Parts: sequence; structure tokens; C-alpha cells
Amino acid sequence: MSEIDDLYQEVILDHNRSPRNFREIENANRKSEGYNPLCGDHVTIYVDLAGGIIRDISFKGSGCAISKASASMMTTELKGKSQLEAESVFENMHRMLTGGADVEGGDFASLGKLRILSGVCKFPARVKCASLAWHTVNAALKGVDEVASTQ
Amino acid sequence: MKAFQKRQSPGTRKASFDVETIRRDFPILQERVRGKRLVYLDNGATSQKPQAVIDAISRYYQSENSNIHRGVHYLSEVATASYEAAREKIRGFLNAKSQQEIIFVRGTTEAINLVAQSYGRTFLKEGDEIVISAMEHHSNIVPWQMLCGQIGARLRVIPINHDGDFVLEEFKQLLNDKTKLVAVTHVSNALGSIVPVKQVVQLAHERGIPVLLDGAQAVPHLKVDVQDIGCDFYAFSGHKVFGPTGVGVLYGKSQLLDVMPPYQGGGDMISLVTFEKTHYNVLPYKFEAGTPHIAGGIGLGAAIDYLNALDWDQVTAHETDLLAYATDALSAVETLRIIGMAKEKAGVLSFVFDHVHAHDVGTILDQEGVAIRAGHHCAMPVMQRFGVPATARASFALYNTKGEIDALVRGIHRVLKVFG
Repeated sequence: MSEIDDLYQEVILDHNRSPRNFREIENANRKSEGYNPLCGDHVTIYVDLAGGIIRDISFKGSGCAISKASASMMTTELKGKSQLEAESVFENMHRMLTGGADVEGGDFASLGKLRILSGVCKFPARVKCASLAWHTVNAALKGVDEVASTQ
Repeated sequence: MKAFQKRQSPGTRKASFDVETIRRDFPILQERVRGKRLVYLDNGATSQKPQAVIDAISRYYQSENSNIHRGVHYLSEVATASYEAAREKIRGFLNAKSQQEIIFVRGTTEAINLVAQSYGRTFLKEGDEIVISAMEHHSNIVPWQMLCGQIGARLRVIPINHDGDFVLEEFKQLLNDKTKLVAVTHVSNALGSIVPVKQVVQLAHERGIPVLLDGAQAVPHLKVDVQDIGCDFYAFSGHKVFGPTGVGVLYGKSQLLDVMPPYQGGGDMISLVTFEKTHYNVLPYKFEAGTPHIAGGIGLGAAIDYLNALDWDQVTAHETDLLAYATDALSAVETLRIIGMAKEKAGVLSFVFDHVHAHDVGTILDQEGVAIRAGHHCAMPVMQRFGVPATARASFALYNTKGEIDALVRGIHRVLKVFG
């Protein structure tokens, strides 16, 4: 498989074409905006957090296929997880995207389907596209009320 | 699209323009990237350098390196002479009246900041208006916003039409008794539109308003004659015109520069310093505090020598032909939309797809060895005007070929194959 096919796998293209949970949550009690000043990608993450559990999570915004697919997959993965679990997924994702570590190895196995985003490691200029939604949800869960940035 | 204006060539006879010969002058164009032949279409971001420029910089560091305007020794004399010779070349390049009007800066951005802070803070006041256009680069927006914040002036923006044309009628309507400065681009970096700068200057001068032109994207393509245009300030960057990064030029009319205070203080910009008072140096040194980018200035001089040796009628014909060919080729791609179809354009083709983001276009083209820019091009208001988050931008230089446009089109078809 070429690096391009590795990056733009069918699952990613599918999430780009039909992003999941691409909507606002009216009564979201956590909301955070993320912005990548380099390319103008913009995402807003909505979370309905109750009793430490992510009852609902969604996103809106505009960006490239990688950032959209990453946000879309994130919402499907984090829905129903506890805040602590979500934070641990964030840590692992962050390490996988920035470290270029062996995705078959221990910690990353827990990332399941999200490992498909590891193709981005070979494209340093695109790592921030994949990590934008994750930085943003991290800020939302921590209740940080400012625009998250990939910078 | 109309033909480019001509760059006047000095009297000497020029060799006939042959793009393959030109390409051999630029060593980087022989490089392979990602296993493919490099197709460099990101000239709007920065241009490649001919061997003559690389050699001039090496020569300076190998055999002339010394500080200028200070030493009494041999090397300092040689370095000073080379640096000042570059200033004279730039004067000729812009057809400025005098070398005093040529100020070395780091680039277009610093040139505009210099005018905003030195001229703007001295001669503008609360309630005054500064007019810019809707297609400025951030470097011709932010310095004026900062100035407005400092003195309470107001920024007014000339709208553009849907093709990306500068509309003189709109400009006229914005001018009033409060307008104290006009700052517009000569060629838009995101759209390629050529602004009718001569008419802009004429209209502004009828009301006694000085005009600054951002020439960063114009100098690689158009003949610029600051006396003919009549502008008060003209700014450009060396690296976009086949010279090094880190050096640029502010042209200013000497009667304005004379009454402007220094922008930065330090060495070289003074004639006498005591703890009580400092007397400033004469033009242009008053605006050149500290040791400058000497090698950069010399390298820029070499770039201008290189351009002067070309037959610009033929270069212009080649570039016009290339842009027309690229416009036709990209227009033929289904679902591709060109952003910016101004009647007069130079060197830039911005495009978008409804279903593929520019970033993804850029990554896939890069795998084919084709370098373009993807993003907002430091012109976010232009993106907002056209309702797109970003565009893919191919930007051309005199060394590009139709074969490279074909490679771009093949790459675009690869993009469409991935995204279906």
C-alpha cells in the first residue's frame, strides 16, 4: 500500500464523506473550540457530561479529510466512556500521532479502530490535522474555556 | 486575461528566452523529491535561486565578509562597496530617483511596519482613516490595525468583486477628507489579481493622500517603475524575486523619508551620539539600525543582475502563456473551481473542490513531487470573501513549463481518484 493509500484509507474517507455526530448538542454542558492557525481548520466539540460519563458528544466545523475523520471517529469512540477513560484515550492518541510508535504494540492496542489514523505519522505536516479534535475535547473535558490550538 | 506589463530591458542585446536554459541556472530544479522530479509551483511563497545568487552569497562569505560602513580595512571597504552596489542595482530595478530612497529591510512585512510606525504614528491622528483592499496579505492588514489601536485611527476596506478584481469605483467612494493613507497590494498573493496601481495613486494624490504599495507578488512578474506609478512607498521581499530570504526593500520618496523619524535606534543610523542627544544619520541609513543582512543585500543585487540579463518581453510572453495554459487545463477538470478570475492576473492560480479540502489536495500532489501551497495564504479575509476555508494555490515563475502544468493536472486526477 502506498503512503497515500495508507493515509486515506476507506474508513477515513467514509468518515470524511459522512461524518458521525456532526451536529450541535443544544444542552451541552461542555463545549470547546479548536483552531489550527496554520491551515484554518476549525472545530467545535460539544459534550454532554453527566456523573463523569460522556452521555453524548458531537462536533461541528470545517477542515480537511484527516481532521474531519479524526473528529468523527473520536465522537464514536468516546461516547459512553467515563471522563477518566476519555483522558487516557487522549493521552494514547497523542502519543501515537506524535510519536510514530509501533501501533501494534501494547498501549496502542487499546485504541482499536483509532489506530487507522496512525498513517498520519508519515506526514509530519498533517499530524496537527489529526490531533486538533483531540486537543479540543481534552480542553472541553477539563472545562478550559478558551480556544484550543494545535500551536 | 491581459498580457503582463513589460519589464524594460537595458540597451544590451539579450539572449533569446529558452526555458530549459533558464532551468539549468536553478540547481534545485534538478532535484528529485519523494522519488519524483520536483515540480515547484509554490513561487508565491518563495522563489528558487539561480546559481549566480548562490555564488554571490558564497563569494561574500568566502572572500569579502566584513562589517560595512565601519572598518578602515580592506575587507570592510570591499564589503561596503558590494553592499552599496546592490542598493544601486535595486534603485535601477525600481527606477527610483536616488539611492537615498532605497532602504534595506528584512522583507515586505518589516517595510510596511516601518511605514506604519514611523510615518503613521507621526502624521496620522485619532479619527483619521487608512484605506486597504479586501485582498491584502495579513502583512498589509495587521500593521495598520496595530497603528489604529495606538492612535485611534480607523481602517477602511475596499471591497473586491466576485472575480477578484480591484474595483476603482468602490475605492473612490471610500476616499474622503479623513483618509490619510492608502495601502494596497500590487498583485494579490491569494488570487493573482493585478491592481491598477497607477490609477489608485492618481485618485489618492488628487486628494493629497500618500500611497503605499505591497509589491511582494508583483516584482517577480511585472516591470515596476515607482516614478511612473507615482507611489509614495513601495515594499518588496528579496526571496520572492529569486534572491535570499531575510532581505527586502522599502522604497520611499525622499521628501517623506526625510521628515519621518527613525524606526529603530542603534548603530549605523546615527551621526553623533552623546548621553544628552543623538543626531541621526542621513538617508537611507537613518532607517538602517544595526548590522544589516549584508550577504542578503549582495545576493539580491545578484538576482537583479540575473533578471536584467533576460529579455523581459520574452519572459512576459512565456509567463502569460503559462498562466493561460494552466487556467485552461484546470478549468477542464470537473468539480474544480478556480478562485480569482480577475481580468488582469499574474502568476497565481487558486482553486478549490467542494468535496476535497485544499490540505488533502496538497498532500497528495506532494507525493507526486508537485509542490503547491494549501491554506489561507495569510489572507484570511480573502477566504472569507469567497466563502472557502482554504484554497490550493499553484503559483508560477519564469522557469516553470507546460510539462509541469501537465504534472499538476495528473496529480489533481490522482486526488480525484482517492476522493472519488
